[in-house]
Amino acid sequence: MPESSVSHRGFSTPTGGPGVGSRHRLSVRKTYKLFIGGAFPRSESGRTYLVNGDNVALASRKDARDAVTAARKAQPKWAGATAYNRGQILYRAAEMLEGRRAEFVALGVDGDEVDAATDRLVWYAGWSDKLAQVIGAANPVAGPYFNLSAPEPTGVVGVVAPSSLLGLVSVIGPAIVTGNTVVVLATNPQAAITLAEVLATSDLPGGVVNMLTGDPAGTAPWLASHDDVNALDLTGVTDPALAADLERSAAGTLKRVLRPPAGTVDFTADPGLQPMTALVEIKTVWHPKGF
Amino acid sequence: MMFEYAPAPESRSIVDIAPSYGLFIDGEFAEGKDTFKTVNPASEEVLSEVALGGPEDVDRAVAAARRAFGSWSALPGSERAKFLFRIARIIQERSRELAVLESLDNGKPIRESRDVDLPLVAAHFFYYAGWADKLAYAGLGPDPRPLGVAGQVIPWNFPMLMLAWKIAPALAAGNTVVLKPAETTPLSALFFADICRQAELPAGVVNIVTGAGDTGRYLVEHPDIDKVAFTGSTDVGRQIARAVAGTRKKVTLELGGKAANIVFDDAPIDQAVEGIVNGIFFNQGHVCCAGSRLLVQESVAEELLSSLKRRMATLRVGDPLDKNTDIGAINSAAQLERIRELSEVGAAEGAERWSPPCDLPDRGFWFAPTIFTGVTQAHRIAREEIFGPVLSVLTFRTPDEAIEKANNTPYGLSAGIWTEKGSRILAVADKLRAGVVWANTFNKFDPTSPFGGYKESGYGREGGRHGLEGYLA
Repeated sequence: MPESSVSHRGFSTPTGGPGVGSRHRLSVRKTYKLFIGGAFPRSESGRTYLVNGDNVALASRKDARDAVTAARKAQPKWAGATAYNRGQILYRAAEMLEGRRAEFVALGVDGDEVDAATDRLVWYAGWSDKLAQVIGAANPVAGPYFNLSAPEPTGVVGVVAPSSLLGLVSVIGPAIVTGNTVVVLATNPQAAITLAEVLATSDLPGGVVNMLTGDPAGTAPWLASHDDVNALDLTGVTDPALAADLERSAAGTLKRVLRPPAGTVDFTADPGLQPMTALVEIKTVWHPKGF
Repeated sequence: MMFEYAPAPESRSIVDIAPSYGLFIDGEFAEGKDTFKTVNPASEEVLSEVALGGPEDVDRAVAAARRAFGSWSALPGSERAKFLFRIARIIQERSRELAVLESLDNGKPIRESRDVDLPLVAAHFFYYAGWADKLAYAGLGPDPRPLGVAGQVIPWNFPMLMLAWKIAPALAAGNTVVLKPAETTPLSALFFADICRQAELPAGVVNIVTGAGDTGRYLVEHPDIDKVAFTGSTDVGRQIARAVAGTRKKVTLELGGKAANIVFDDAPIDQAVEGIVNGIFFNQGHVCCAGSRLLVQESVAEELLSSLKRRMATLRVGDPLDKNTDIGAINSAAQLERIRELSEVGAAEGAERWSPPCDLPDRGFWFAPTIFTGVTQAHRIAREEIFGPVLSVLTFRTPDEAIEKANNTPYGLSAGIWTEKGSRILAVADKLRAGVVWANTFNKFDPTSPFGGYKESGYGREGGRHGLEGYLA
C-alpha cells in the first residue's frame, strides 16, 4: 500500500492505448459528490473541500434537509418490503463491496477491514428475517386474547458515522436491515461515497441510505433538531460536548438517541443485537379470542 | 331508561390513613422539613399531610439506595424473587384496603381500583418475581447486569399500578430504587413502603420520596442515579431528555397520547360502542392511551353516534366508593380546569358539544362525560391530550384516510380498530404508528404484554420480557 495521500488517484498502469506508446495514460478521476435519494448531486451550496487532493462536496443545511426528505419518502416502501427482500438487497451490497475491494484498498483502507465490512453486511443481511423471531413475542396474557409483539422500524435515522469503513458499515447495516432509512454524516468522505456507489448498485431503493460529506459538527445539529427525524445515532461523535448538545437538541421531538460509546469501539467484535434493537419500536397487538 | 340504584358504598373503615406521613428512606419513615396536603378529589376533604421532599431528602434517599445496591444486586436471583413474591402476596392480601385507599386519594371508581388496578399490581409483582432468577434467559446476553440506582417518577392516574410497573422490573433485575409518587396521589406509595417492611425487604432497596415537580427534578438530575424511568406528560418527558443529555443515565419515558379509535362500517356497533366508552371514559379519561379520537366511517357515523349517546346516558357519575359508579372524580382542581379550558376551546372552534343529562355532586371535582362532533384535524381538541372524559369524533371514508388521520399526530402510544374483517385488522394494525394496538377491544393491560410509545409518546417498553431491557446492561 503506497503511503502517498494522492497515490490512489491515477490507477496509473500503462494501458498501451492507441498511439501513446510507453507514456502513462491520463486517468479519469472520480468526482466525489453527495448521495441523496439515489442520485449523486453536488452540494446545493456549491462548496467543496479538499481531501487527499480531491474536491469533495461540503454538505449544507439544505442538503441535510433534502436528505431527510428523501429518507422519509423512501421509508414506508422500504419498511413495507418483505424481510426476505431486504436481506437479499443487503447481501447484494456485500457482493458489490467485495467487487470493489481494490478501490477501497487504493483509498487507503486496509484489505482486512474491507473484508470485515463485507462480512458485516452479510451478517446483517441474514438478520432481516430473524430479528422479529428473536425479539418478538407471543405474550401469554391472563385472558382470552391473542397478544403479539413485533419490532417495527423507528423511521428516519440521522447518523454521525465513525471514520472507519467497518464502522460506517456497522452503523448503516443495523439501521437499514430493520427497515429504517438513514441520513449518514460521513467522516471518511472518499470511502463513504465509494460505499454509496456500492449501495447504489445493489438494488437498494433510492433514499434508503443518504450520504453526506463535509463537516458533521456543522450539519449534525440540523438533523438533531429536525422534526422529521426519529432517531439519532451519535456513534461517530468524538467530542462529548457536541454529543451532549446534539442529545439536548434531539429532546425537542423525543428522538431516540444512541450516545457515543464510552471508550473506543472494537468494530471487529460481535455487535450483538443492541445496534438493531435500539432502532426498532415494539408494537403489541391485542385481539379477543372467541367463537 | 335510567334505572334507579340504591347506593352501594364500599366501607372506608378498612383503611387507616395516618394524619401525616414522612419520607420512606433506608427502611425508616423520616419527617420532612416541609409538608403538603393530599385531598380526596370527590369531597375535597384532606386525607393526610405528607412530607415535601427537598434536595437533601433526595440526596439521602439516593445514598441509601446506593448503599443497598451492592448487597441487593449480589443476592442470588432466587432470593430476590422470593422477596418479590412476598410483596405480591401481601398486595393480594391487602388488596381491599389498597383499592379503597386508591379510590379515596385518586377519585377513581372502586369497581375499577378493585377489579383492574389492584389485581394488575399484584400480577405485575408475580410476573417480574419469576424473572429475577432467569435473567440470563431474557435474550439480553449471558450475564446481564443491573444498572444501579433507578430514579422513578410516576403519575397520578394509576398511582399504585404505575409504581408496580416501575419497581417490580427494577428490583427483579437487581437495581435499587428511589420513587417519587405524584403530588396529588402519594398515599398508596406510602402504604407500599409499609408492605416493603412487612416483607422484610432490606433497607434502602426501595425508597419513597413524596413531593411535587421540583422533587422529581432533583431526583432525575441527581448525579448518582444510573437510570431514569418516568411516566407523565410529554412536556416533562422533553425536560428529562434534555436534563440527562451527556450523562450515561439510561432512560425510559412513557408519555402522552391522542389515540385514534377507528370504527369501520362492518364493525358490530354494540361492541364498538362498549369499546369506545371503555376507551375514553375508563378512569375518567385520565389514561395516556385513552381512545380520545374516535374515527368513524362516514356511512355508519349516525347510527354509531346515536347508539353511543344512548349508552353514555346510562353512565353513572359520582361517589367513587359506590360500587355502581362508572365515572368517578377528576383527580384535581388543576386537571378539572384544563379539561374545562380545552372543552371551551373545542366549542369555540366550532365543534358541537354534547353530554348526557347528569347530576354532579356539589363538592369535589367533576366533569360529565362529553363528546364533540364535527371535529376536524385542525381543532385543538383533536390534537392535544385532554386527559379527561372528553371524546372528539371525526369521520373518514376509506381505510387509507383513516390511517392517515390516525397517524397525523406527534403521539404514538395506542390505537383501536373495530371491524369484523381479519385481513383489514392486520393491514391497518401494520400501518398504525403506535406501540399498542387494540383490535375489537380497548384499554387491556397485562404484565406479560409490553406497553410503550412511538414518536413523542416516549421510548422504551414496560411489561413483558421487553420491560427488563430498561433495567439491565
